[in-house]
Amino acid sequence: MIYLDNASTTRVSPEVIVAMRPYWDEIYGNCSSLHDMGQRAKEHLEDARNRIAKCLGAESDEIYFTSGGSESDNWAIDSACKYGAMRNKKHIITTAFEHHAILHTLKEKEKQGFTITYLPVYENGIVKVADVEKAITEETCLVTIMYANNEIGTIQPIAEIGNICAKHGVVFHTDAVQAVGHIPINVKADKISMLSLSAHKFHGPKGVGMLFCKKGSPLFPFVHGGGQERNRRAGTENLPGIMGMCVALESATKDMAKVNDRLIEYRDKLFTELSKIPHSKINGDTISRLPGNFNMSFEGIEGESLLLMLNDMDICASSGSACTSGSLDPSHVLLAIGLPHEIAHGSLRLTLSKYTTIEDINHAIESVPKVVAHLRKFSPVWDEMEKGVIKHVI
Amino acid sequence: MLYSEKVMDHFRHPRNIGEMENPDAIGEVGNAKCGDIMRMYLKIDGDTITDVKFMTFGCGSAIATSSIATEMIKGKKIKDALQLTNQAVVEALDGLPAHKLHCSVLAEEAVKAAIKDYYDRNGIDYDKSLYAPGTCVCCHTADKKDD
Repeated sequence: MIYLDNASTTRVSPEVIVAMRPYWDEIYGNCSSLHDMGQRAKEHLEDARNRIAKCLGAESDEIYFTSGGSESDNWAIDSACKYGAMRNKKHIITTAFEHHAILHTLKEKEKQGFTITYLPVYENGIVKVADVEKAITEETCLVTIMYANNEIGTIQPIAEIGNICAKHGVVFHTDAVQAVGHIPINVKADKISMLSLSAHKFHGPKGVGMLFCKKGSPLFPFVHGGGQERNRRAGTENLPGIMGMCVALESATKDMAKVNDRLIEYRDKLFTELSKIPHSKINGDTISRLPGNFNMSFEGIEGESLLLMLNDMDICASSGSACTSGSLDPSHVLLAIGLPHEIAHGSLRLTLSKYTTIEDINHAIESVPKVVAHLRKFSPVWDEMEKGVIKHVI
Repeated sequence: MLYSEKVMDHFRHPRNIGEMENPDAIGEVGNAKCGDIMRMYLKIDGDTITDVKFMTFGCGSAIATSSIATEMIKGKKIKDALQLTNQAVVEALDGLPAHKLHCSVLAEEAVKAAIKDYYDRNGIDYDKSLYAPGTCVCCHTADKKDD
């Protein structure tokens, strides 16, 4: 199997598995216990916190361990809203193409009386800094904008947005789930108040993540119970997961430049070769983009059948078609960058990792045109376009 | 696997696929916006469907339901083809996931739309209420979702 769905999740690196192993049956104490076994676990936990903080340019007491990206996003929004409500500030700024962990949480906040501004992301899938500044009002309590988009990989001008938010004294949260471990991030340089990440997106284990919260920025308790995570997130720490996340982030940070050079080359080869398919379109900016993210639409075909056929050719891929999302509408991300529904249905996302080889890329370059041609052969939409009954859109 | 072996077989090897030359009737249902369009061609001799072909834009189950529907009506009398239900299509495919049932409805509608076209072309009277327009399941549900 050729795994080109690394934005969904990644394979856990062997060094991460090795690093996690002792914490199941050797250093298995509860970090809250007084005895040596517990205290030893606690030392390892704090060591991991330190090392993770270092990778992000943060302080160790700014790191709060969670169960993953969704929890971190929920927590960040919840906390910023509580603080906002106390000062009678109930306006939030976000973008139209955030992850559902953000969008659905904000929908809940809307029910509680918050007003949300959804900024446009334009055809290139990048928010305009000027739009952010224009949208800020006296009532704004939170700006939450993702670091990089999960479907089209476009990287947002986070440092500039951070500056604007700092200038206006607004809390700035970024969902960096797709970006951490893939591009260099420094929370201080970017003036980020809160950042969410998830370990399984960079070859770490599933079920563990983290929320960074800048010192001085308010963070209300989210899970009530024991005194873990400085009384803000109760629950016995997932030490094997946290140690795995720590090692995964360190190796991603160390290897980043080298891996990215290769991935950019692979990704651009995919774009060049698959753009030769007539009536195809690259989705999202090609420069300000995650090194491993490829996303294109092919006219006249539907994404799920494309994925099923690629699966038969041993390629694991993903699509923004309605059929694969389990809902009736195609991906909100592709609609946000202005794709018509029928073009959004025919999208293909290939996301690479450090394990991707040139052979994998070549196999994809051979397979995708065959599948597109096969599906177009009996597509009534393609038939009408080719006969001039309806116009080609792309 | 999301789909039964039967669905995958019809997806991988669609029966009666492609355009038909000089068909006696064509039915097209669905909507590109929703991600599914089925077009069915019929050759009709007297009251018998002698040949069927189809073209589909859509997901795996849309291709499979239209493929099996063509098999189920080929060689049948028109009045028997009109009895084809979406449940029968689902059963013939050994089931479909719940969120894909609308594909079987589209297959049933494609057959009916083609027969209606045959009636219209030949000035044959029929019960208009059986062919209600605008039956795109997807659009209907999508409308409801927007409130």
